[in-house]
Amino acid sequence: MSSFWSAWIIVLTLAFLVGIIWLLRWNMHNYTGIKEGELMDHDFDGIVELNNPMPKWWTYLFWITIVWGFIYLALYPGLGNFKGLLGWSSSNQEVRSLEESREATEAHREAGLIVQYDREMQQAEEAFGPVFEAYAQQPIEELAKDSEALKIGQRLYLQNCAQCHGSNAMGGKGFPNLADDEWIWGGSPEAIKHSLLYGRVAQMPAWSEQFSDQEITELAAYVLSLSGRKVDPDLASAGQQNYGVCAACHGMDGKGNQQLGAANLTDNIWLYGGSQAAVEETLRDGRNGVMPAWKDILGEDKVHVISAYVYGLSQ
Amino acid sequence: MSQTSPYKVEYNLKVVRQFAVMTVIWGIIGMTVGVLIAAQLIWPVLNFETSWLTYSRLRPLHTNAVIFAFSTSALMGTSFYIVQKTCRTALFSNRLASFVFWGWQAVIVLAVITLPLGLTSSKEYAELEWPIDILIALVWVAYIIVFFGTLVRRRTPHIYVANWFYGSFIVTVAVLHIVNSMVIPVSFTKSYSLYSGSIDAMVQWWYGHNAVGFLLTAGFLGMMYYFVPKQAERPVYSYRLSVVHFWALISLYIWAGPHHLHYTALPDWAQSLGMVMSVILFVPSWGGMINGIMTLSGAWHKLKTDPILRFLIVSLSFYGMSTFEGPMMAIKSVNALSHYTDWTVGHVHSGALGWVAMITIGSLYYMIPRLWSQTEMFSVRWINTHFWLHTIGVVLYIVSMWISGVMQGLMWRAVNSADGTLTYSFIEGVEASYPFWFIRFAGGLFIVAGMLLMAYNVWLTIRAGEPTVESIDVAPANPTTKPA
Repeated sequence: MSSFWSAWIIVLTLAFLVGIIWLLRWNMHNYTGIKEGELMDHDFDGIVELNNPMPKWWTYLFWITIVWGFIYLALYPGLGNFKGLLGWSSSNQEVRSLEESREATEAHREAGLIVQYDREMQQAEEAFGPVFEAYAQQPIEELAKDSEALKIGQRLYLQNCAQCHGSNAMGGKGFPNLADDEWIWGGSPEAIKHSLLYGRVAQMPAWSEQFSDQEITELAAYVLSLSGRKVDPDLASAGQQNYGVCAACHGMDGKGNQQLGAANLTDNIWLYGGSQAAVEETLRDGRNGVMPAWKDILGEDKVHVISAYVYGLSQ
Repeated sequence: MSQTSPYKVEYNLKVVRQFAVMTVIWGIIGMTVGVLIAAQLIWPVLNFETSWLTYSRLRPLHTNAVIFAFSTSALMGTSFYIVQKTCRTALFSNRLASFVFWGWQAVIVLAVITLPLGLTSSKEYAELEWPIDILIALVWVAYIIVFFGTLVRRRTPHIYVANWFYGSFIVTVAVLHIVNSMVIPVSFTKSYSLYSGSIDAMVQWWYGHNAVGFLLTAGFLGMMYYFVPKQAERPVYSYRLSVVHFWALISLYIWAGPHHLHYTALPDWAQSLGMVMSVILFVPSWGGMINGIMTLSGAWHKLKTDPILRFLIVSLSFYGMSTFEGPMMAIKSVNALSHYTDWTVGHVHSGALGWVAMITIGSLYYMIPRLWSQTEMFSVRWINTHFWLHTIGVVLYIVSMWISGVMQGLMWRAVNSADGTLTYSFIEGVEASYPFWFIRFAGGLFIVAGMLLMAYNVWLTIRAGEPTVESIDVAPANPTTKPA
């Protein structure tokens, strides 16, 4: 903030508090011309007012809070650009990227400033970092048999993953079920960990430009038939004529391709709904699935433990 | 006006009667919607899979109905009553006063239609879209003209403290509403805030907290300063205390908004200032409670027999409690526990149901017989029943929310000492809250039951009487009343 606005805040704040002090002192004297404890010389619809002094304890309380206010503003940021004598701040509020955040954390640590968020994160890292480092040394298959590690993984999962995949990991529309053994991007420990660390972006293109509504209907019927669903055989065989473009990703047999995140169409699992209408919508408008990358948020060690938990769900 | 003597001034009590009746009706509607959404938290099926019955749409309807329909109708009605009586003059303009009533009811009806339809600016307590905001501004300007015009034409040498509070509430709410509602409309029913990011958040909570401060606190202190000494028939305890606590309260409140944004992207300096001013604010807030309760000096025995006075005094106790709780919750380290939990909800309702609703109900029980040529309500015993229904309801509500709020705060921050992971998932906190949500729901039922009893009592009172016609003699020989 510019020094003008900083000065503005400081002057306004201090002048205001001085004004409050003046108000309090002014009214501690009897300026009314009426003896204390007697009635004021006005009457409003029969209501009269006594000229009683303010309760002593109440004025003391007022003084205490005002003095405390000055002390607080001396110790902590509050008066414009003045940072306070303690050098405290809640967090590095002005950073705009993870990189800037790391630099600011480092710079503030060297300057001996108390950045509360950084301090708490650092203390947590010092206390718990080794726990996760140790877990990260073990292969995921081993970790998935360690009940203590699974409990930790579950808690991390519930805090970070359950919002989309559900607390029972059964997913929901647009969010894959992690508790079954069908995987869009692969169910090996390595593939799961990769999904968590770097995220995934799945793109089912929209086909409404290429295909007419009738052709979309036919294609949907064929796709449903791949999972053994009962459909109009004429529609399905008509759809099969156009399936070639789908096969590029989903394969001629419809079993999908985990390298591309192309779903298996034969397992009767439908991420975006398995009704004729839902599949038509998928074909017509396409779908964009995004799994965020957790490497920079949780760090590799914690992701390793969550991977073990997720891997364990399908074992 | 139908006055015969040039020195007779007839009060406009019609607009007061209109507001009084609508206060009761909107109170029942707003609180019933509150009970419904409290039930939906326990039984989500109660939204009947209907978009306009979902929690997300009814919650703003509830808050708008209780703040702007119930509370603001109460404030408008009582302010028109008190400003005439304490200034010994009629309202500045009966036409404008009528416009304020009908304009404000139109605003509320539009809110009742648009909010369930999902038309919202998404700003808390300022959800109404821009065409309604413009109507609010117009009505409010008319309100300013009527109220201050009446003050200017007063026949008393001074302005009574109740009118200071009403005046500060009316002016500040206009400023808050206009600044916070600045938007860029993209269609008749959709707009985007003129502000962005943390500035938008700060403007929103500058508005939001001062809606609490000026509408729900200052305005109702105005109500308190008239009806408490009237019902207790005692002089106001301390004139100088009212001077200090008025000026300190209104000047400190305006700084307090940032305490809604602790530990967010709001700059630390703004958070600190908001916290410091909030804590100092505790003392002038209590000034009002002391002045109200001490006004009862020498008349405490009346509490035994007078349920109206009981409403008024208990409302002051809740006021004192929530204005102690508020500054405490504004302290960062307390806020770190309380924020986003049910504790906040409990705090708001100890203010809204304990203070605002009880002082309003007490004042209405005082005013309504006098507006319909009666000496008292149809049934004073029912007032007492209402008092107990309401008190039990409020206590159930706030105690359950305190417990669930603190429990949620503690669960959210609980960390396993072995590995640093959070002990509970969010959903576990939700599950643990169910019993307390049920108690809150039960409390709400008590409160609505009390309001229904009140409506019946009001109906029978009105039916038994007829509209009061009241004039005062303002002959120049006796321009002011000398003090006793």
